[in-house]
Amino acid sequence: MAQSFPEDVLEHVFSFLNHDRDRNAVSLVCKSWYDIERLSRRRIFIGNCYAVSPEIVIRRFPDVRAVELKGKPHFADFNLVPEGWGGYVYPWVVSMAGAYPWLEEIKLKRMVVTDENLELISKSFKNFTVLVLLSCEGFTTDGLAYIAANCRNLRELDLGESEVEDLSGHWLSHFPDNCTSLVSLNISCLGSEVSFSALERLVARCPNLKTLRLNRAVPLEKLPNLLCRAPQLVELGTGAYSAEIQSDIFSNLSEAFLGCKQLKGLSGFWDVVPAYLPAMYSVCSQITSLNLSYATAQNPDLVQFVSQCGNLQRLWVLDYIEDVGLEALAAACKDLQELRVFPSDPYDAEGNVTLTEQGLVAVSEGCPKLQSVLYFCRQMSNAALVAIARNRPNMIRFRLCIIEPRAPDYLTLEPLDAGFGAIVENCKELLRLSMSGLLTDRVFEYIGTHAKKLEMLSIAFAGDSDLGLHHVLSGCESLRKLEIRDCPFGDKALLANATKLETMRSLWMSSCSVSFGACKLLGQKMPRLNVEVINERGPPDSGPEDCPVEKLYVYRTIAGPRVDMPGFVWTMDERVSSRFSRATEGHGD
Amino acid sequence: MSLPKEHDYIGLTEPSSMENSSSSIVSTESEKNTVLNLKETELRLGLPGSDFLEKKAGTGISLFGKDLKDEGNNGFSQIPLKNLVSGAKRVFSDAIDGSGKWDFPINGGSEVDLGNGGSENTNTLQSSLAGPSGKEIGNRNPRKPVEEKKNDNNSAAPASKAQVVGWPPIRSFRKNTLATNLSKNNDDEGKSGVGSLYVKVSMDGAPYLRKIDLKTYCSYKELSSALEKMFSCFTIGHCASHGLPGQEHLRENCLKDLLHGSEYVLTYEDKDGDWMLVGDVPWEMFTDSCKRLRIMKGSDATGLAPRLGMKYQSKEIMKPRKV
Repeated sequence: MAQSFPEDVLEHVFSFLNHDRDRNAVSLVCKSWYDIERLSRRRIFIGNCYAVSPEIVIRRFPDVRAVELKGKPHFADFNLVPEGWGGYVYPWVVSMAGAYPWLEEIKLKRMVVTDENLELISKSFKNFTVLVLLSCEGFTTDGLAYIAANCRNLRELDLGESEVEDLSGHWLSHFPDNCTSLVSLNISCLGSEVSFSALERLVARCPNLKTLRLNRAVPLEKLPNLLCRAPQLVELGTGAYSAEIQSDIFSNLSEAFLGCKQLKGLSGFWDVVPAYLPAMYSVCSQITSLNLSYATAQNPDLVQFVSQCGNLQRLWVLDYIEDVGLEALAAACKDLQELRVFPSDPYDAEGNVTLTEQGLVAVSEGCPKLQSVLYFCRQMSNAALVAIARNRPNMIRFRLCIIEPRAPDYLTLEPLDAGFGAIVENCKELLRLSMSGLLTDRVFEYIGTHAKKLEMLSIAFAGDSDLGLHHVLSGCESLRKLEIRDCPFGDKALLANATKLETMRSLWMSSCSVSFGACKLLGQKMPRLNVEVINERGPPDSGPEDCPVEKLYVYRTIAGPRVDMPGFVWTMDERVSSRFSRATEGHGD
Repeated sequence: MSLPKEHDYIGLTEPSSMENSSSSIVSTESEKNTVLNLKETELRLGLPGSDFLEKKAGTGISLFGKDLKDEGNNGFSQIPLKNLVSGAKRVFSDAIDGSGKWDFPINGGSEVDLGNGGSENTNTLQSSLAGPSGKEIGNRNPRKPVEEKKNDNNSAAPASKAQVVGWPPIRSFRKNTLATNLSKNNDDEGKSGVGSLYVKVSMDGAPYLRKIDLKTYCSYKELSSALEKMFSCFTIGHCASHGLPGQEHLRENCLKDLLHGSEYVLTYEDKDGDWMLVGDVPWEMFTDSCKRLRIMKGSDATGLAPRLGMKYQSKEIMKPRKV
């Protein structure tokens, strides 16, 4: 077709498209649009670093400025993925160092990053501005020193909840004196003390600093020094929020907070001494995001503080808030959108706090904008879930963890199928669901029937048979990520829905009943899937074909089987499958 | 060696498959009431003999200590999968008959440990049977008295549940923070720290490191046997892939000899960042201060006191030795 617009006009039009989905759609229109789009795409998001290779990415998108990569499967957060599994950023950094000299941003989640990688990053990209490492591991504070020292225009350094080997706090002093560009600094995961005076000077010379999340080692008494130098802060993560009770500390703190007119988000609060909570009263009404999930304060101090924050949109808190606190929250915080309640003592069978399903029901009743929930509790009922579903049809993320696996409705002792069924039926926009408690195949029937927008589903200790898995795979049209542990799901549903797996990012199944034979078959039949078996006990072929594999991770990919697998991960593909067959031929029992 | 209190991380239904396979196994009322019954009557898709396996596989046992339940049970790691599978029923009957088919050498007298308290006899019985470790099964006849109990057994605090790997689903950062909070709060009550305390364990020459939860052990002895199991495949050079019981037996002894013969030394990094020899301080002090472990080649551990190899439960509390 004749060129209706010159290329640069099209490019200009495309520049208004930021969302990957829009850009992907545009690239499918015709070849020239594909080319214009790919040359002008600046940001890429790769949800599974093994779905594609750096070379393929670079070939298609030659001028990228921001890369976001995710590595390990989500269940790695809970130690279900053995150490050494993979997720190395190394090949990406090496390729990008050559191909993207103008790269500005790298965001990584659940990846293995080394000091050498950080050094390479710091030296390869002259305009490097943003480094975000969420739940990453493999590097030390020495690696951070490279970033601090060499990235002249660093705007954002966010270490998330990464596991950093903390050699010393000295790295912070590597920020040169003329570095004034910092906008966001999150070092909350670090254990050791950073040089406070270096931190103070850094904060003072960065007028655009909006986010500052300190680590536990920064003492409360010194917090005012930082706040005074950064009154423009929008998000603050305190260090340990404890000190001897002294009125001058209190008054310094209050005064410092008084000066923070822009403050909207608070977090940190390790070792909280409740007496110091009122020091923040002057900012409470501004606060929209509050993370008290490390704060061991209890009621009434806790609820008193939270109730001051009438404009709260997001609250993360420990179950010390109890039902009574959640009821107060429901009354005070009508703008609440997201609630996460974490267990203070997850390994105690009884629990010593009065946090039940009532609290969640109360919030669902009182907070009309509530759309995102993560809730740990010890009892649940179908009635409560039905109530929540009816109250909040606008729910989009619902993650419920009843601490005891397979716990039934505590009132009726029935499975919680009806309750979760109500959730998926009423909440038509539900994107993410995590379930717990006693659940039969029926709940999966409900999910398959109703959860048409569901993108991520997490299942544990649930279901009776393959039918359950089949319902999900055949019914959930939007499903992208499915993670399953300890469910009696086996071969049938998996093989019957093999093609579904190519429409998803990934499937994780651990401690289920998927046999080695089925994995081999799946790998053979579906060349565009990587079917990876994780067996720490030994090669999966040392048993008969019907022996279940320990863990299975299946994901779509155009990069073929990966080459960096450790000894306990096997990929099921054509070649490998036949290798296994040959290998077992010679074995007796 | 440490064993969780409950035979089954869920605390439920190990008995169900037990009972099916042998009536001589007494099933107690697990603390988990009615759910037990529900599970038993559920129809399950499964292959013959796979019920056992399902439970086994379901317990997420891992060779390298990820499975909290299995921390001390790494004898299981030596059992090739196929023996488990084909011998699913056989294992039970062997256990019942006490045939000792899975009679692995008991390491230094480590025994079935009750873990975190709770009703003892029958749970342990069931856990021996249900436990993934052939070692347990072998040990069951005769059952050894429990040598070491965790503090929880004796405290007034409610018994904590056996911990399933990765359940409840809480990230490590949060877990470690919680554990610190709780141990601070509970010091007075004499309750041992709940939660978990994952530390990395590396071994010189091994291709990758492991993580273990120190809270699942209550003595140096337990820790040492767990580590020996965990890393034996590296020292011998191969993972448990061709395992035959005889060979594993040999391998274990080889590693023990290696360790006691002072080729390897167990060290740890403490809160101050110093590398110390494991075993000098009381166990609780060690778990409080240990940040990571390293199995060092003895030749590298210069500066250590003359004693090489691992010696645990030293009665004297000497000044901790720096590596």
